[in-house]
Amino acid sequence: METTTSVEKMDSSFLEEVSKRSGEKLSLCYQCLKCTAGCPTAPYMDIRPNSIIRMIQMGMKREVLESSAIWFCVYCQTCGTRCPNEIHIGVLMDALREMAMEEGVHAKEKNIHLFHEAFIQSVRRGGRAHEVTMLMDYMLRSRDLMKGSLIPGVKLFLKGKFPLLPSFVKGKGEIKRIFEKCTKAK
Amino acid sequence: MRFSYFPGCTDHSSSYEYGRSTEAVLEALGVDLVEIEDWNCCGAAATHSLNRLLSLCLPARNISKAQSAQAGPLVVPCAGCFSYLKRAEYALKHDEAERKEIEEIVGFTYESSLEILALMDVILNRIGLEKIQEKVKKPLKGLKPVCYYGCALVRHPKITQLDDPENPQYLDRLMKSLGAEPVDWSYKTDCCGADLAMTYADVVQKLVGKIVSMAKEAGAHCIVTSCGLCQMNLEMRQDMDLPIFYFTELMGVAFDVEKRESWWKKHLISPKGLLESLGLV
Repeated sequence: METTTSVEKMDSSFLEEVSKRSGEKLSLCYQCLKCTAGCPTAPYMDIRPNSIIRMIQMGMKREVLESSAIWFCVYCQTCGTRCPNEIHIGVLMDALREMAMEEGVHAKEKNIHLFHEAFIQSVRRGGRAHEVTMLMDYMLRSRDLMKGSLIPGVKLFLKGKFPLLPSFVKGKGEIKRIFEKCTKAK
Repeated sequence: MRFSYFPGCTDHSSSYEYGRSTEAVLEALGVDLVEIEDWNCCGAAATHSLNRLLSLCLPARNISKAQSAQAGPLVVPCAGCFSYLKRAEYALKHDEAERKEIEEIVGFTYESSLEILALMDVILNRIGLEKIQEKVKKPLKGLKPVCYYGCALVRHPKITQLDDPENPQYLDRLMKSLGAEPVDWSYKTDCCGADLAMTYADVVQKLVGKIVSMAKEAGAHCIVTSCGLCQMNLEMRQDMDLPIFYFTELMGVAFDVEKRESWWKKHLISPKGLLESLGLV
């Protein structure tokens, strides 16, 4: 495996694209590793947050967009709050996820992607999130039986915390319009 | 005192006791809440994860409703909803091109005069701890909570502008004013794993396990939260039987408001035994 890259070979178009899209000044990163040190999900990522930034600088588009890291970020914003160069990595991760989907990249963490989709569809239907239909939708899409959540989930259901009937907004037309315009703008 | 109010989708589901205790303590404090008409979901984590524009337009519709209600600042109990409304507010205030796009899609004109406030901020800085102390009938004597702020209220500080992002004090000060003895610890703002709980329960179990065991090590009787998702994760993904309260529930105990029995029934880990042992029931 090649371990060094000459400066001439580096492609800066990916760095420019991501910087423009996220609004973050990624060239400022000097690899202090504060982001990765404080990240709660970094141990589960295939590429750590600091390396994601370095790889963007190096033009490694495919590796970055195909990573699990962009899906494991839960936007806790610990990194962005601590970054000495004020790079908001949560915003960066959002931009990378959008780019991956637009480029048709297969999400490395399929279930995380499908869960977000199921949530958004639940809001699209009635203007408000509804746990029961959202979870059913997610399970059907992903074929994930959610074994780790089944028993506590049933307990919460029995406590009446997951009502069966959804609550809808009256202005469904307004919500529909917002969804249509926000998806078309892409 | 009068405020616009955004209850959020979990108000009558997973955060039921947060909603009811919020209403009860604000009523006791003589605060009028005007629920914004036909509010919609703030978009939550899913939306900004996949579609930035949608994640700004969904909260913006609520901002437009609160603007036309003219019922005072918009108060938001859920930490998540608060952070997404603030995120949209930040874009509306600081990015002209984005503001125009949002206004066109949602169909309104943004007025920067509307304030968006977290419930905790309203209690500490609008109502004030003096007034809170006047209402205390049953001081929480002997109760040692750790205060858990999570992510959404304090980060990113540029956007939420609430308390210190590394060592926040709001909840600790509130607990002291109720007569409790909050314990210092190092996990106040560590993330619980949020909605990863649905897809990676094992990861969240580890993150929550660390938070709960550190609370125990600090000598706490319970954890006090201000976020529906944190409360659910902390209760659901631990095996140490440590009660997890919403801060409004403990205000309700100290104010001796009625109906609080119905809140405990909603908990997976009943806090009744703890409250009984301290003579607080």
